[in-house]
Formats: sequence, C-alpha cells, structure tokens
Amino acid sequence: MKSPRSPIFELILSRLREFWREPEALFWVYGFPILLIVALGLAFPDEAPRPAVDVASLPGHETAAAALRSGGDIDVVVNSLEVARARHRSERTDLVVIPEGEGYVYLYDPSRPEDHLAKVMADSAIQRAKGRPDPVMTRGETVKLPGSRYIDWLLPGLVGMNIMGGGLWGVGFVLVDMRVRKLLKRFRATPMRRSDFLLAILGSRVAFMIPEVFTILLIGKLLFGAPLGGAPLLLALVILAGSICFCGLGLLLACRTERLETASGLTNLAMMPMWILSGIFFSAERFPDAIQPFVRALPLTQLNFALRGVILEGQGLSDIAFPLVMLVGVGGIAFALALRWFRWT
Amino acid sequence: MDDAAIVCRGLRKTYPQGVEAVRGLDLAVPRGSCFGLLGPNGAGKTTTVEILEGLLEKTSGEVEVLGRRWEDSAREIRERIGVSLQETRLAEKLQVLETLRLFRSFYRSGLDPAEAMELVGLSEKAKERVGRLSGGQRQRLAVATAMVGNPELLFLDEPTTGLDPQARRQLWDVLRAFRTEGRTIVLTTHYMDEAERLCDEIAIVDRGQRIALGTPKSLIGSVGGDHVIEVDFPSADMSDRAEALAKGWPQVQSAHRSGTTLEWNVRSLTETLPDVLRRLEEAGLTLAELRTRQASLEDVFVKLTGRHLREESAIPHL
Ligand SMILES: Nc1ncnc2c1ncn2[C@@H]1O[C@H](COP(=O)(O)OP(=O)(O)O)[C@@H](O)[C@H]1O
Ligand SMILES: [Mg+2]
Repeated sequence: MKSPRSPIFELILSRLREFWREPEALFWVYGFPILLIVALGLAFPDEAPRPAVDVASLPGHETAAAALRSGGDIDVVVNSLEVARARHRSERTDLVVIPEGEGYVYLYDPSRPEDHLAKVMADSAIQRAKGRPDPVMTRGETVKLPGSRYIDWLLPGLVGMNIMGGGLWGVGFVLVDMRVRKLLKRFRATPMRRSDFLLAILGSRVAFMIPEVFTILLIGKLLFGAPLGGAPLLLALVILAGSICFCGLGLLLACRTERLETASGLTNLAMMPMWILSGIFFSAERFPDAIQPFVRALPLTQLNFALRGVILEGQGLSDIAFPLVMLVGVGGIAFALALRWFRWT
Repeated sequence: MDDAAIVCRGLRKTYPQGVEAVRGLDLAVPRGSCFGLLGPNGAGKTTTVEILEGLLEKTSGEVEVLGRRWEDSAREIRERIGVSLQETRLAEKLQVLETLRLFRSFYRSGLDPAEAMELVGLSEKAKERVGRLSGGQRQRLAVATAMVGNPELLFLDEPTTGLDPQARRQLWDVLRAFRTEGRTIVLTTHYMDEAERLCDEIAIVDRGQRIALGTPKSLIGSVGGDHVIEVDFPSADMSDRAEALAKGWPQVQSAHRSGTTLEWNVRSLTETLPDVLRRLEEAGLTLAELRTRQASLEDVFVKLTGRHLREESAIPHL
C-alpha cells in the first residue's frame, strides 16, 4: 500500500483537479481576459493621433481647407456650420474652423486634449500658409517609448484585476459553495486541521494565479508586442504578494457566510471601490488629492503600482518594497482573522 | 463504562430560534453493536447524532464517545470515528478513488483507499467521477469515506433514504460486513424494516425524546401479539360499531384505528381469526377488506404515539 500523502497536498491536488475539470471556470480565468485584451487593443489602436477638423462652408473656407490639408497631418472635411457643430458635439470632429471676415474662429472644447491638439496644429498650418515665418529651424526625432501606448499601460491593470477577482471569487465563492454543500461539515467530522484546510485553499489559488497572469502577459506580448519588462522573478513575487492579499481577503469574506448570494454581494461590495479607484483602466493618480490617501490605502492600487513599476518601468525590489509589504501584511492579517472566525457549518 | 461506545445522559438541544429538538435523551450504546435511532422526520435524530459526532454544540447533558469527551479530546475522537451525514454533496469533479485518497489523508492510520472501495463494492467505479454515480453508488461512496479511517465507531444518518430497494440491500450488506472485529455502528432511520434487519438494539425517538428501547424482537413483542389483523368496513358507522365490539374481546392485545380501517394485534392468527370473523358476522357487520400481517416496529410506534412512523406516505416527500 502506498502511504497516504499529507492532507494539505491532497487538498491542493483536489482543488487543482476540480478547477481543471471545470470548463466554465477556465473560460472566466483565461478566455475572458484574453477577449478583453483583444477588444481593448482593437478599440485603442497604436497610432499617432490624427486630429479631425471641420471647416464651416462660409465664404473663405477654401483657403482654410487647403491650408489645413497641406501638412497632411490633419483630416479635413467641409460641412455646413450646423452640421459641423453637431459633429463636434458628438465628438466626431475635434475642431470646427469658422471663417469670419479675413480671419477664423476656432470652436473647440479646451478640456479635451484632442481638441487642444487639433487647435494648435490647425492654427499653425493656417498661419504658415499665410506666410508666417519659422524663426528657428527645428526638427522632430521620433522614438517609440515602451509602455507608452494605452494597451501597454492597461495590461498590468488587467493583471491586477485578475488577481483581485481570482482571489476574492476563487477563494470566497469556493468556500461558501463547500459550506452550502455540507462538505465543510463533512470535513469537520474528520481529524483534518483547520489550518491545513485553509492553507490548501489559499495555496491552490496562488498556484493557479501565476500561470494565469503569465498567460495574460504573454498574450499581450504576442498580439500587441506589449513589454514584459522587469525581472520575471520580481514579477512572480509581486503576483504572489497580490495573490496572498486577495486570497486572504476572500477567505475572510467567506469565513462565516452561509449563502452564495451573500457571498457574491460581499465580494462585489469589496471589489467595487477598487474597480473604480485603483487604476485598472485609467491612472489612480488622476483622482483629487483629497481622496488620494483612501485610493492609496486600497490593496489593488498598491498592486497596480507594483505591477506597472516592474512591467513598464523595470523597477527593482527596493522601489516596490512598500506595496509588497502592504499586500502581504493585509493578506496575513486577513488570514489570521479568518482562521479565528472560521465556521465549518 | 469501558464497554460502552457511547454514553449520553439527559441530552438536550434547543436551537437558537427556540426549537427544542432534543429533550432529555439517554442512550448507552454497547461496543460491537449496531444501534438504531428510529423515528419520524423531525424527531431529533440528526440533531442527536450530530452532537454525538461533535458537529453541534449540545445545550445540556453529558456525552461520552469511546470513553472520551468532546470538550477535551476532540481530535482523538475524530481519529477513531467515521461519519456519513444525512446530506453531503461530495466534489462532483473528483473521481471515486481520488475522493477516498483525500479522506484517507486526514487520518493517521486507516484502510487503503482501494480496500475501502472494495468494501462498498465500488472498485469498478474507481475512475468514475462522483457526479456520474447513481444515488446508491454515491451513498456507498459516502459510507466508504466514513470507513476509510478504519473507525471503531461508525455514524450513519439516514444511509438509505431515497434509494431503491436493491441499492438499500447492497448497502445493508456493506454494513453487515463492516460489523466484525467489535466495531460499532450507530444509524438513524425512519424505515422500520431497516432498523429491524440491521440493528441489535433500537431506540425509538419521537419529538426529541426516547419513547422505547430494546431489541427489535422485544419491541415488537411489547405490542402484545406478533400478528396484526386489518379490517375495513364499507361505512364509518360500521367501523364505530366494530371498534366498540372489539373492546370486549380478550384475544385482541391492542387496537388502533385510522379512518374506517381497524388494526388488531393478536398472538395467534389460527386461533383468533375464525373467532373474530364469526363475531363480526353475528353482529351483522360486513367486511369491505381483510388483511393480516406480521407485527412490525411500525405497530410499536403506532401503539406508543397513535401516529404512523412514515407520515410522508400521505404527504409527498420533497
Ligand atoms: N439548524 C436548525 N435550526 C432550527 N431548528 C432546527 C435546525 N435543525 C433542525 N431543526 C429542527 O429540530 C427538529 C429536529 O430536527 P432533526 O434533528 O433534523 O430531526 P430528524 O433528523 O429526526 O428528522 C425539527 O423540528 C427541525 O425542524
Ligand atoms: Mg434527519
């Protein structure tokens, strides 16, 4: 007879098997992020921005249109003033040039960067066509900054989001489901230790997380040439710290929850502020200073800082020490509390 | 009391909402026996065994399992008992053998998982996923997970509820085979035939209390008469008259009525039946139906409570 393996090993193995044999779970973990990356990559293509300018068809518009077209950097259309205004309202054009006597009026929204760019480029083209001299010779030298594209910036955010979802759902929901099925009660009737069980749930989730995250990054690299930057080991460390944090929190949310509905309510409640504030789709630094302390106190904010630091900027261990310590600390505290409050039934 | 697997005195359980599920229960289960808790749904059987299994806090009373108390020897007791709950949904994506390996890993010593599979007759299903097993096979797997730690004491809560007759018989065979080497089984059931066939001793429980205790034979004997005559009349009026008439007959040990049907317990059919029929005819009572059967634990329950054990035969079971 083969001697039995340790309970923690058997428990982890069981979770891994259950996971691999669940096609729906595989879709949500691998398929969904990949679809999201592809969709976002298509929606935000990697192109130099081209301003779109409408010229209102009033006397003098031909000169303006010709001047704008001469540089070749601007998309120019001539429309009636009403049509042009309507197109600007619906953001189909960035600027409307309205001839007025010998000059022009620029219609634009200064809060939109695109409008600003269009206005500056259009003005420069029009002035130059009228003979404005350039007092100094300048030339542009273009370079491609890694991580400067939106998709590059977005990928680490998606990784962070995946770690958060995987931890909170993957641990919390699984645990509550086991409780509903009375499987936890059945385990309780054996000499298996509570800490073995909780560590196994946590361990199996962390074990899933690392290949999951590298899959997302690899897809990003293959499809969009996104940077994989930084040291893989350091990246693995960040992923590990993030997983510990969110698995711990998932455990805590589920430690007494008796119904699946309650579990999903609690999980969504916990995720909501991080979805909005933690810089998945846009930078967390955009929020006003007044709420920055709160934004920075959210674990996902710190995880995203660390991920972007390593992936985009090639930061080292000392640069991301604070986020790492915070993530592991939050996870550790959550685990300790869960261990204390945990109920089998 | 080292010869007792379980001792339980004055056990009470009141749920937080105020339901008094167990109201002062005394039990003593000798080692090496198969002990049955028989009672209708809601009698408090599950509550009782879950307290004995250390899964539920008692409100008051004393419980000793294998000579130990849950308060100070929980882990040791868990090493030595096996439990099959009334309802557990084991992981459906795991295979039979994988499930048993998992449960085996929790115990310091125990059976080889393959051996446990053999015991419950699931060897051919080793690689089958739990989700694809039939109800009877799942139940046998649940029992195997309880046996894989090689327990001295095995708890089974309603092990055959919802199974077809063949699956029930298969499980009974498994339990009989397990009961060698002085191992103890405690099972709950609301099937009187299960209790009658498997158990050495039975406690009949109703509304959280023990209302009878003994071997199946002694319990059935206590009704007074091994046989039951069931008579049915075309009208309630005739049933009334027959019921009154039978009160004066010394051959009838005990009587029970439900609707127009009367049940009389008698010692000997051959001596009593002709006499009973003659008396009914003399009184001008015509029979709509006549049946006779062996007395069973059901009759014991009816005699003690005036109700039938399996009320759900009238109310569809969910
Ligand atoms: N968790 C609970 N909370 C409140 N009442 C309960 C709970 N579990 C069982 N009961 C009640 O306790 C009584 C006994 O239930 P139970 O022990 O399950 O009986 P049995 O197993 O004999 O069918 C029933 O009235 C039942 O409704
Ligand atoms: Mg029950």
